[in-house]
Amino acid sequence: MAYVSIADRDHEVEHHDPQTFISKYVWSQDHKVIAIQYGALAIFIGLVGMLLSSMFRLQLGFPDTFQFINPENYLQFVSTHGMIMVIYLLTALFLGGFGNYLIPLQLGSRDMVFPFMNMLSVWVYALSVLILIASFFVPGGATGAGWTLYPPQAISQGTPGVDMGIILMLLSLAVFIVAFTMGGLNYVTTVLQARCRGMTLMRMPLSIWGIFMATILGLLAFPALLVSAIMMLLDRLIGTSFFMPAMMAAGEVTDHNGGSPVLFQHLFWFFGHPEVYIVALPAFGIVSDLLSVHARKNIFGYRMMVWAIIAIGGLSFIVWAHHMYVSGMNPYFGFFFATTTLIIAVPTALKVYNWVLTLWQGNIHLRVPMLFAIAFIFTFTHGGLTGLFLGNVTIDLPLSDTYFVVAHFHMVMGVSPVLVVFGAIYHWYPKMTGRMYNETLGKWHFWLTFLGAYSLYLPMHYIGFLGVPRRYFAMGNTDFMPDSAITLNSAMTISALIIAASQLIFLYNIIVSLKKGEPSGGNPWKATSLEWLTPDTPPKHGNWGHDLPVVHRWAYDYSVPGAPDDFTPQTVPADVVPVGRDHGVDS
Amino acid sequence: MYITLVFLGVIMATIIWWLLRQTFNTQPWVSEAADSTVSGPSIDTSSKSVALTTFLAVATSVFALFISAYTIRMDEPDWRPLAEPALLWANTVVLILASVVYHWTRNAAVNGVQHRIRPGLTIAGALTVLFLLGQLVAWRQLLAAGYYADANVANAFFYLLTAVHGLHMLGGLWVWFSSTIKVWTGADSDSVRLSIELCTVYWHFLLLVWIVLFGMLLST
Amino acid sequence: MPLAIALILLVVGTLVFHFLSPWTFTPLASNWSQIDDTIDITFVVCGIVFVAVNLFMAYAVVKYRAKEGSKAAYDPENKKLETILTIVTAVGVAAMLTPGLFVWGEFVDVPDDAMEIEAIGQQWHWTYRLPGKDGQFGNVDSLRMTNDNPFGMDPDDPLGQDDVLVYNPEVHLPVNVPVKVNLRSKDVLHDFAVAQFRVKMDLVPGMETYLWFEPTVTGSYEVLCEELCGIAHHTMRGAVVVDEQADFDAWLASNPTYAETQVASSGNAALGAAQYAVCAACHGQQGEGLQALNAPKIAGQSPWYLKRQIQNYKAGMRGVHENDIFGKQMAPMAATLVNDAAIDNVIAHIATFPDNPSPATVDGDVANGQRLYNTCAYCHGKDGAGIQAINAPRMAGMTDWYLVNQLKNFRAGVRGQHPQDFYGKQMGFMGRTIHSDELINDLVAYINTL
Repeated sequence: MAYVSIADRDHEVEHHDPQTFISKYVWSQDHKVIAIQYGALAIFIGLVGMLLSSMFRLQLGFPDTFQFINPENYLQFVSTHGMIMVIYLLTALFLGGFGNYLIPLQLGSRDMVFPFMNMLSVWVYALSVLILIASFFVPGGATGAGWTLYPPQAISQGTPGVDMGIILMLLSLAVFIVAFTMGGLNYVTTVLQARCRGMTLMRMPLSIWGIFMATILGLLAFPALLVSAIMMLLDRLIGTSFFMPAMMAAGEVTDHNGGSPVLFQHLFWFFGHPEVYIVALPAFGIVSDLLSVHARKNIFGYRMMVWAIIAIGGLSFIVWAHHMYVSGMNPYFGFFFATTTLIIAVPTALKVYNWVLTLWQGNIHLRVPMLFAIAFIFTFTHGGLTGLFLGNVTIDLPLSDTYFVVAHFHMVMGVSPVLVVFGAIYHWYPKMTGRMYNETLGKWHFWLTFLGAYSLYLPMHYIGFLGVPRRYFAMGNTDFMPDSAITLNSAMTISALIIAASQLIFLYNIIVSLKKGEPSGGNPWKATSLEWLTPDTPPKHGNWGHDLPVVHRWAYDYSVPGAPDDFTPQTVPADVVPVGRDHGVDS
Repeated sequence: MYITLVFLGVIMATIIWWLLRQTFNTQPWVSEAADSTVSGPSIDTSSKSVALTTFLAVATSVFALFISAYTIRMDEPDWRPLAEPALLWANTVVLILASVVYHWTRNAAVNGVQHRIRPGLTIAGALTVLFLLGQLVAWRQLLAAGYYADANVANAFFYLLTAVHGLHMLGGLWVWFSSTIKVWTGADSDSVRLSIELCTVYWHFLLLVWIVLFGMLLST
Repeated sequence: MPLAIALILLVVGTLVFHFLSPWTFTPLASNWSQIDDTIDITFVVCGIVFVAVNLFMAYAVVKYRAKEGSKAAYDPENKKLETILTIVTAVGVAAMLTPGLFVWGEFVDVPDDAMEIEAIGQQWHWTYRLPGKDGQFGNVDSLRMTNDNPFGMDPDDPLGQDDVLVYNPEVHLPVNVPVKVNLRSKDVLHDFAVAQFRVKMDLVPGMETYLWFEPTVTGSYEVLCEELCGIAHHTMRGAVVVDEQADFDAWLASNPTYAETQVASSGNAALGAAQYAVCAACHGQQGEGLQALNAPKIAGQSPWYLKRQIQNYKAGMRGVHENDIFGKQMAPMAATLVNDAAIDNVIAHIATFPDNPSPATVDGDVANGQRLYNTCAYCHGKDGAGIQAINAPRMAGMTDWYLVNQLKNFRAGVRGQHPQDFYGKQMGFMGRTIHSDELINDLVAYINTL
């Protein structure tokens, strides 16, 4: 039996402790440093994305007031905002950031299995971000094709950025996919191979489950984006006709012939729908852990939660065309995809029930991470339910391509995961830095973000009911849109600006607390999972000092009857503190 | 997309089956369900081979999607199949030989037959380079015959698929190169054994991909 | 505690907002009441879940918040509860899905007695084709599309000869007749959507898609493009006017068939010379324009554009706004051209004039103007020569003070506000993105350099 787990290589504790600043913080191979690099870069580009959204919100709320926003850069801002938020912020932050930080720490490993490849991953990601930013500064500017980059318009006259912007966008995506694949191979292998003794799959915290499944989805789904990006790049650069049909551009017939724009959409959404879950599953996992820790109660229905993650992951590959009900694809596909889409609601709903039932009979401490976690349940329920409107093919007819869609996906995969991101950052901040954030500022940040987001996106659904299309620079005078809708739009823009401004509180808090925060100790939340049990806080390179932890129980032994404390760390053996009673469940 | 769905269906089904087998019938809050002396790795093999298997799943996904795109695009009326050069048959034989020689070398490395490793690796690599050169010559023949990528999408697909396959091959050659250097500078079989074993798997995989691609190109 | 209160208030607030919101579906004007019914069912099911889950959560937060000495229960799972919840959820999902699938089945299946029309999208306007008396459409091909054959008609196809071509974003339909709209795009993706009809579908170049509905209420409804189609996406509007059958028939007869467009005269310059005498008084003998009389240069302007503007003046779509002083002067002059043939003749005569660039009279920051012109170039061309297919006239070499005036008019809503002046409305959208007279000068100063 070849037993090659790096987790077992206790004797290599001292192996490569970096000494210089460069090797410690720049070309670091320590998963924690890489996680923070990933996170910082993702948050930086996320702030850029937020700034872009503030600018186009100004146009939508106060049409024709600001000279710096015109139809051209409006579309560029909208497109880049979408791409940044979905891929460069959320995917990178959840998997590159939290995945990197949590996988080795929560599984009791010293590091990722391939630290060098891990380091490459973050720097290749940095390169993709750089290319993305560069696209704003080339002739013609960034692409304005929408984040979905549908051909033909993405690469034909009439769309901003058709000269260079789209090329850089596609290039940046390809580079990002390379970075993600390097990271993803690491996450999968580390989860499978480098868990410490006793850490069976079913003892893993749900954060890891979410990240693990999301990584698998990403590894299998990103190729679809890569394939479509390569083919579109060839259409644009050497004039092939993969996606480009016989068509006109600026009044002239082009040389393209026979290409299928719908084929691109199939490929794009074959990636795009799993992508939703690439973002959502880590959020599901992390929020489960936050709820459990701060409610001092085991997560309700852990097995159901794991299987729901697996089921959602599997199903996410057969629902993609619900983004395409009105795309002109064979309309009979609608029956199939509406059915699969609504089926996926069942495991998702179960997760919501289990979160709420975890709170039931808990001992709820409303600290900042918990506020974010509970707010997540609220917004996610809202966003999930509106998904049932759009997934139901008939209702998609009036609502597709309206602001209802925008409101829905912002609620479900914008606001909700971002609330988890904030909750998670506050939750693990003491472990990452050894200091506590400022609770008051954290609460201000929470209330402004949560209430601001809801007041922005709730009315947006109703603008969509009205029939206002998305991606419109201006509505002008129309028969069906009452003037009050303009006022509503202005109010929504003010909400958006408040949300944007309140992120400054967050930045201030986490930066100032680095130096001024109270020392937090190693386990301020009295949590059970391994990352809180490191000998040092923040953990040193190698994480565990001399001996790797040995796990004797799952990560959710809170308030176990008969235990001395309301939490029993995973490393406490069963003969010291008994495990929870068998709940009388036959298995 | 059916082809991709079938491929991914198989991959996802395998993953889900494996995960469920691991997770069904355990009650994680009960201690006995898992003894703390059992451990770590879920799959009894090296981390590198787990990573390679994962990567092969990713690469399969890439090729399956290309093939799906090919079959969907093929149905459009403008599709004009191209005449594949006969040279591709020769290239296929060369690639099969490369794979066979790699396997032979792998057996030598596993069994510690030191003297077979150097020639084995060198010949396998040379055959692979020959294959890639052959593909380039096939490209030139096609271009000379006027099959430009922008003239018809069937041509474009031919160049695209062979290029993507060739790039994967080049990636393999990079690993091959580092182990060959090691072998020629006197490393023993143990230090390169894993690398040779994994490369063999990779070569077989790419041979299989090529045969599928070639079959598809020929039959359409 | 504040959190629980906030959750309860948000749930109540959401319900209040929902029931009191003046922003909701537009009144239905088609047969698709079933879509609205499906939406209502979904609202009920989802509303119950939303309220139940969040109120339960708020209650839990109040009841089980940490207090001195309180402790959580230990409760790993409850299979019975989870099974019940699964079943209840599945039933709720089925209740929403089932009607949805039935209605979709009807949407996919077009009634046999539906009349057919074709809506064609292109950057950034709509045109339409009706099958004519034979009820069948002739062949079209994107590769044949030119300015003279914008529909890509096949001249040799007998079925196409009687096809009615509507080169206008407005189409009429008879009330209470099911209509199948075949959708084609000339360039990129578009989407044909009318909020009041509830249904929409993308237009995909290279293939034909469709949707169907039965208009049930007469009136005019705005057609919106709802698939991003480039920089002027938001200006791609059209109209469906639902008429009584008699009005529809009259409208249909007023549009030319393909055969008729083929025999239309190209205008007789010699005849036009006589008519031009009226024009010459202001626009000059050679159409060079005269600033003192506020008459722009017309020599060298695209004939299709001149024709459309004269027609607009005649139809009361231009030169009627009270602040459009000079436009109001032009309107009666245009009326002197009694019919389309007369217009064609005059335009043919104008086409014979030498085309000398007008002298520059506007000062401005050329570099800034160049930056602003980026947006303009999408339609008017990088060289400002205009693009007929996009309905964008020539600007380079024309009278610059006139451009300034018109930009101001568009910005102020003096021009391009008539509901049927679709192309003018488009320019209105764009004109409003230039926020000051100074910027207009910059822009026109740049156009002078083209």
